[in-house]
Amino acid sequence: MPIAIGTTDLISILPIAIVSLFGVYLLLQSVFAPRMNRILIPYLGILGVGLAVVGNFFLIGMEGTAFEGMVRVDRLTVVLNFLFLITAALSLLITISYHEGEHVEFLEFTPLVLFSTAGMMVMGSAESLMTIFLGLETMSIALYVMAGFRRTNRHSLEAALKYFLLGAFATGFLLYGMALTYGMVGSTNLTQIAQYFTQNALDVPLVALMGLALIIIGFGFKVALVPFHMWTPDVYQGSPLPVTAYMAVGAKAAGFAAILRVISLSAFSIAFQWSEILWVLAVLTMTVGNVVALVQDNIKRMLAYSSIAHAGYILVGVVASNDQTVPSVVFYLIVYLFMNLGAFAVATMVAGQNERRVNIQYYRGLGYTQPLLALAMAVFMFSLAGFPPTAGFIGKFYIFSAALQSGYVWLVILGVINSLISVYYYLNVVVAMYMQQPVDEKKIAPVLPGVGVVILVAVLGIVYLGIFPGTMLSVLR
Amino acid sequence: MLEAILALIKIGVVVFLVILPLVMMLILAERRVSAFIQNRLGPNRVGWQGMMQPVADGLKFLFKEDVIPGHVDRFLYLIAPGIILFPALLTFAVVPFGDQLTTYIGHTLVTIRFQIADLNVGVLYIVAVASLGVYGLVIGGYSSNNKYSMLGGLRSSAQMISYELPLGLAIISVVMMSGSLRLQDIVVDQYEIWNVFRQPLGFIIFLVASFAETNRLPFDLPEAEQELVGGYHTEYSSMKFASFFLAEYINMITASALITTLFFGGWHVPFGILEAINLPVLWEQIIQILAFSLKTLFFLFFFIWVRWTLPRFRYDQLMNLGWKSMVPLGLLNIVLTAIGIAVF
Amino acid sequence: MLQLTLFYIFAVLAVLGGIMVVVHRNPIYSALSLILTLFALAGEYILLMAHFIAIVHIAVYAGAIMVLFLFVIMLLNIRIEERAPGALRYMVYIGVPMAAILFLQLGYLAFKGFQEVYVKNTDVGTVERIGQALFSKYVLPFEITSILLVVAMVGAVYLSKRKLEIVE
Repeated sequence: MPIAIGTTDLISILPIAIVSLFGVYLLLQSVFAPRMNRILIPYLGILGVGLAVVGNFFLIGMEGTAFEGMVRVDRLTVVLNFLFLITAALSLLITISYHEGEHVEFLEFTPLVLFSTAGMMVMGSAESLMTIFLGLETMSIALYVMAGFRRTNRHSLEAALKYFLLGAFATGFLLYGMALTYGMVGSTNLTQIAQYFTQNALDVPLVALMGLALIIIGFGFKVALVPFHMWTPDVYQGSPLPVTAYMAVGAKAAGFAAILRVISLSAFSIAFQWSEILWVLAVLTMTVGNVVALVQDNIKRMLAYSSIAHAGYILVGVVASNDQTVPSVVFYLIVYLFMNLGAFAVATMVAGQNERRVNIQYYRGLGYTQPLLALAMAVFMFSLAGFPPTAGFIGKFYIFSAALQSGYVWLVILGVINSLISVYYYLNVVVAMYMQQPVDEKKIAPVLPGVGVVILVAVLGIVYLGIFPGTMLSVLR
Repeated sequence: MLEAILALIKIGVVVFLVILPLVMMLILAERRVSAFIQNRLGPNRVGWQGMMQPVADGLKFLFKEDVIPGHVDRFLYLIAPGIILFPALLTFAVVPFGDQLTTYIGHTLVTIRFQIADLNVGVLYIVAVASLGVYGLVIGGYSSNNKYSMLGGLRSSAQMISYELPLGLAIISVVMMSGSLRLQDIVVDQYEIWNVFRQPLGFIIFLVASFAETNRLPFDLPEAEQELVGGYHTEYSSMKFASFFLAEYINMITASALITTLFFGGWHVPFGILEAINLPVLWEQIIQILAFSLKTLFFLFFFIWVRWTLPRFRYDQLMNLGWKSMVPLGLLNIVLTAIGIAVF
Repeated sequence: MLQLTLFYIFAVLAVLGGIMVVVHRNPIYSALSLILTLFALAGEYILLMAHFIAIVHIAVYAGAIMVLFLFVIMLLNIRIEERAPGALRYMVYIGVPMAAILFLQLGYLAFKGFQEVYVKNTDVGTVERIGQALFSKYVLPFEITSILLVVAMVGAVYLSKRKLEIVE
């Protein structure tokens, strides 16, 4: 049997291939050129991501499957690829500035970011349960290691171990669910799974439903839905800040990409079976995330609970399960990318050496000592809270309108109430920045170029998407 | 039914008439050869040239008091000597010691293969079973509840893992040449030219790795007498102690047989002698089995020879050799083999 | 018939080993019980005519991974597993019922969907067929797996290596 790989096959994985090859190249380079300046490595990584972005343009307009039904290229794939690549590039930019204080060892860090991004893109373009699983594992294992990158720090190691153990446990559920689904359907191909569910929509075998439920648990862990969120605060707190930023955005987006592919698209015809479960999960996730975030005084923990709450909002879009689901969820993920990476970039700047200043009290008076930084942070906070001129509002608006279209009035009401609760803790930071005296007079270090670029991009993205959302939405539809 | 009976007969013959007597002879050979190398005489009093010495040793082992120390983990301590014999004997099941013979038994035409089980994944079977050999040592070392035994067990587990990799890599290059995982096919493949000439690097890697896997000098760190008082079997006595030794010698026989099979043409008689003299089929088969036995015996001698010639490695040297030389060399060998196959 | 009998024998052994892994307080016994489970599973693979998978299963899990487990347990010299401190001790009263519920759910499903399936003598499990599938239909997952393994390797090396001096 000859191996038949056509040009279409290769193009459809072009960004994934570029990113992976660059990762391998960086590893090899540090073997063969050990004297090279370490600080150059993340720049090379960004170059690789940039090349992958260029490669991704070749995918635009393609429609179909490749590698005998292992990956699918469609508009969703292209948009998700861009999303993951931008996340990777911005996180690497934050890392460059982070290095000044912490001496993160780039040698291993940069390739891990690239491999992890490749894993996310595999998940985003998966057409088979097998590729989803492999992508998820590639992403997760890289993230487990990255969480422990401050090897001399106890919290960082705790984060790595906790994330790894719980992640492995969740993977067990996911794999079990996939096995049960495969057992009933007889194929791991998502199109065939969709066909199976359409044919048996009225009388779905219990085993297949159980498989789907276990798959939801597995993905739910990755995106931190509420009964499976226990790891989030500790891991977010212990990980180095650039990793937290990358994890919060990338892993969540990849998890939702998988949920969209498997639950929303493949199991579309039995939406009435799972939407009630997800309804409950969404309400729980939003409420627990927001309420617990109220009492946090550590910015990393606060953002961790906020990211849980945002997972809840995004899940509302999934519950809606109509033709608005995919555009609204992806739009929200893009908005979330900008506002969260921006917030973490500011947090990195404020935290300073050894991440000593992660308490919210250190933000007091930031509006006078560092006006631009504080202004950016205020924009991110307003966007996270969902105030009108920002993109955060538009994102929530589309998610909730998708849910309303499907008649989930109560879900939307609960979501809006939750948004209101969240205003308190987001504005808490703004109040601290503008209405309180600095806790100590120590000057914060000037904004470093890497983080500066990230903050600029994030602010521009939020403002642009907040004022002109039409362009992006028309692309997504 | 007939197949099963034949298999049982083969197992009986191989285990009880070949391997066990050979082990006894090996113990004698070890002592005599070491004496020869060290310019001594060695045991030569019991029987002709000391031929009955192994019997005397065996009797002594059987009648010694069997001490079970009070501080051991009893269950594991008791099963460890059994566990260690099990993979040692299992490996021999797939080694082909001759071609096949088609003959009438009663009125049915039967093909007798000179091999206990002709598995189509024979090579993998060997890798799998060989990797289990470590459990006896580790369990013995742990259950003895003695720090020397524990160290021996630790060392053996690390050593086995480290040298299984190069062993497997060397086997892969052989499999690439033959295109089959069946050992009989690998032997047939070497009809024209032995693998040792086509795979010299692979042969060296395999040889070194099999020394390590059998815990023989220069890789006998798990039982280094001078440092560990015998290592994992310090607390064992009587027949249990003997079974550790039995396993070591059986492993040596298996390793030699494998080296012969994989790299020295198995049961092939070199230089086409057999074709030239044109004997009846039965005689041809017997001569082929003899050829196999002679080659194996040579490698058994080689094992003993090396033991009394080379000093022991230090532990860090052992690990460095395994991971920094053997594994890269094994990978290189695979690449070279692949290029060779692609070119020719 | 023989196939079914063997299936049940292996299944009972596998479950028994699995239970002993959890129940035993001495980690060495737990590890050895896991090996029993692995062997029983290999037996089931052979019943499914997947000889290759069975052998690789033994070589990789029993032959390599479990040896490393034993190595680590012996290196740390854990004799008896310590009981969880404080409130974690009471987790067992939640954990065991939850596990029982999950088990009953899955068991009910398996029982309902039970069908006696006899595997005919197929060549699906042979090395040739697996090799062909691996390098044609599943070539992309195969390559992704290689990336996955590189990631795991880099991560393990990074987390366990000595702290390097920062060379400017």
